[in-house]
Amino acid sequence: MIGSAVPRKEDAALLTGRGTFVDDIQRPGLLHMVYVQSTEAHALITGIDTSAATALPGVVGVWTAEDFAELPARPSVPGLERHYLAGEKVHYVGEPVAVVVAADRYTAADAARAVEVTYEPLPVMATLEAALAPDAVPIFAPLPGNLALEQPVTPDDVAAELDAAPRRLRARLVNQRVAGAPMEPYGVLADWVGNGVTVWATVQAPHRVRAEIAQVFGLARHLIRVVAPDVGGAFGVKSSFMPELFLAPELSRRLGRPVKFVETRREHMTHTYHGRDQVQEVEVGFDENGAILALDVTITVNIGGVPDPVGIGLPTLTSYMLGGCYRIPKIAARYRSVLTNTTPTASYRGAGRPEASFLIERVVDLVALELGKDPAEVRKVNLIGPEQMPYQTPFEGIVYDEADYPAALELLLGELDYDALRAEQERRRADPGARLLGVGLSTFVEMAGFGPTPLFEQFGYLGGWESANLRLQPDGSVIVLVGTAPHGQGHQTAMAQIVADELGVPFEAVSVFYGDTAVVQEGIGTMGSRGMPVAGNAVRQAAVEVADQARRIAAHLLEADPDDLVRVGDGFQVKGVPDAAVPLAAVVERSFKPHLLPEGTRLGLESTAYYEPKNLSYPSGAHGCVVEIERDTGRVHVVRYVCVDDCGTVINPMNARGQVHGGVAQGIAQALFEKVSFDAEGRPLAASLEEYMLPGMLDLPRYETHHIETRSSFNPLGVKGIGEAGATAAPQAVVNAVVDALAHLGVRDVEMPCTPERVWKAMHHAS
Amino acid sequence: MRVEITVNGRPHEREVEPRLLLVHFLRDLLSLTGTHVGCDTTSCGACTVLLDGVAVKSCTVLAAQADGCEVTTVEGLGGPDGLSPVQEGFRQCHGLQCGYCTPGMVMAATALLAERPDPSEQEIRDGLKGNMCRCTGYQMIVESVQWAAANGGAR
Repeated sequence: MIGSAVPRKEDAALLTGRGTFVDDIQRPGLLHMVYVQSTEAHALITGIDTSAATALPGVVGVWTAEDFAELPARPSVPGLERHYLAGEKVHYVGEPVAVVVAADRYTAADAARAVEVTYEPLPVMATLEAALAPDAVPIFAPLPGNLALEQPVTPDDVAAELDAAPRRLRARLVNQRVAGAPMEPYGVLADWVGNGVTVWATVQAPHRVRAEIAQVFGLARHLIRVVAPDVGGAFGVKSSFMPELFLAPELSRRLGRPVKFVETRREHMTHTYHGRDQVQEVEVGFDENGAILALDVTITVNIGGVPDPVGIGLPTLTSYMLGGCYRIPKIAARYRSVLTNTTPTASYRGAGRPEASFLIERVVDLVALELGKDPAEVRKVNLIGPEQMPYQTPFEGIVYDEADYPAALELLLGELDYDALRAEQERRRADPGARLLGVGLSTFVEMAGFGPTPLFEQFGYLGGWESANLRLQPDGSVIVLVGTAPHGQGHQTAMAQIVADELGVPFEAVSVFYGDTAVVQEGIGTMGSRGMPVAGNAVRQAAVEVADQARRIAAHLLEADPDDLVRVGDGFQVKGVPDAAVPLAAVVERSFKPHLLPEGTRLGLESTAYYEPKNLSYPSGAHGCVVEIERDTGRVHVVRYVCVDDCGTVINPMNARGQVHGGVAQGIAQALFEKVSFDAEGRPLAASLEEYMLPGMLDLPRYETHHIETRSSFNPLGVKGIGEAGATAAPQAVVNAVVDALAHLGVRDVEMPCTPERVWKAMHHAS
Repeated sequence: MRVEITVNGRPHEREVEPRLLLVHFLRDLLSLTGTHVGCDTTSCGACTVLLDGVAVKSCTVLAAQADGCEVTTVEGLGGPDGLSPVQEGFRQCHGLQCGYCTPGMVMAATALLAERPDPSEQEIRDGLKGNMCRCTGYQMIVESVQWAAANGGAR
């Protein structure tokens, strides 16, 4: 079944309206919780008048920060611990200031509007420049300024290497702030009964949420059940701490009734973490052939007003991946994490790695432009060869697994018909009536399959492993429990394909469950493209162990040595003796008959496996984008988008194609459309889907997808992960194409998003 | 105020607040939770239902406006013998990932095929431009609708 494009097991429920998303769940006596959000970006709270709100019929109560003072703050960098509601001051527009509970959501919304908060304004620092200015006011008083963290990632600089390089250039690249914007906003339903609580929540890591709730309330973990039901997209933004994960349980405890919180889209756009928002200062040394000799990078990341601990450290991952798929002998990197009066930033699809891929791919194109060489040729000069794999990068512990980067580029150039495109580009440039044509390349590698544990525990997780329990039912069918908590990736289907192959059972005979801490043994979660590389291998390992148990019982049944059995059709056979065979179903039934089993045999066929990856995995590939640009408006049209991906073994080609499409769509959207921005007073300018340019069907192209399958030697399945590859590869493929289309006009860079206005200005003001 | 709305062939009479949105009438009063809410501004289309056969965004229709009308939600498609052609097309062509936009997308596609049984790719993209999906990048949704057009259409 591995490699087969079977339709998904998930779809029947989701297509008929019988999925279960958090807001679909009703409980008797349900109450609704709504935030009162800050309207100011930086201000002291001088008063909160709740009298009008509490007087409304149906309102149960209004609570402010002091009502939750006994709950321990969320841990972070010392001085930056997060409380549940804003206390003495607010740090960004949208920060929760108070919480209202009412009998229905309309009344709760009315009451939230009736709460009167008075503010004494403080200077607003909505940009990196303002926050780092000498006269800037520290947003968090315990810190001397707004620089939350200054981190050298490498011990040395590359000043000597840059001095020795025949050529060098500098660039300042901006990876703008975007919103993950899953179609389902964040939601939590908490029902505290007796001395424990059940929480349904739109989260990517239910066991971790259980651990955090346990820690905050001082409860043993068995008293808490966290369920991530159907989750309507997440893209990393549902992996961070949200105050409602704790406020809803606490209010349910106090009120003795279930409490539900579901964001509106406006709340989501201002309250839930954004992604990216890096400024990158780069200097690169290279030779006349285009070989890159040294790279020096300083990253400044905007972590917003009440920073997320993961968001503070994400540029570490950017730094590790700065070399891309190239042999760069020496890299120096450092980063600064800066507080501003904006919504906090944290993980978003790729979480730090797309920023690195964007940087190095733009740099390679700039080198090509500087030398007057073709960007494809400069890539070929620098690509790591397949014979160099596994490849030790300049960063300790960052070792790329097997891949053939040059082959991916060659396949891409062939599929693009690259030389013909270059000829067409020249023809268009000479014809003032024709749209300009640009071709952008992106040879990328990203980091996936998070763990292993020493790395992943730094992000607050119990481990970097993943778990699976597999047990055969007495009729020969299979139940699998897996520790990941997917939100669209198709784990019910892909895991069943793995089990079908390892255990020799039909795909239809396997059911996969996840996302419920009362059902699933310990688990870590779905993020960092760890579904197949980590959880998939845990499922495989459990299946291998159960198959081995079955073999021993079959051998006993057939009165043979286990080593003399071979797998046939639906069971086992003694090698060379077709009559001496037993179907798996008979073996399972026998496994439940203690009196017919050898003394000391454990009943049933079942295993719980924990798979700890020895290393990360490194999905890679080559993407190419062809754009046309309208000369009179600057509007960019993506006319072709070609992907070559190497995610190792492909479990389900249809699912893999879907993951590539979705990631590429988000990457194109970042390149051309999306930006979360604030005015000078820190007021959000993209707080709804009317203002935030989420692309629709007319905005995105057809995608041409191709695969190279190089098995990874780092895990038994040979998989690498595919969820974040598209989002990692696409932004620079598009931007490189836009700049390429305009290069003859002297354009060297266009900042994302490449809106018609920006492109038009670049065309007319290029030096 | 009192409204009578026929949903998926069954009449429902309820006392409602004049400001009650049709989507909340369906979800909260009738427990038809297949219709989803993804935004507050009529932008995303997750709440698309058919109102007297026309695709509308039920987050921008008052229950009062639907008084006396017939509404079809995703729960009203298909039947005991299985999925509707549009639903089956989405399954065959992997036109959904997380499934949150899917009911609205399926309803909009059903309305499109009722009007244009054999749409071109451009007509599909035009017809569904008001429905947003964050997972698929849309191409496999286009392929799903093409599959449905070739296998039974808007039934």
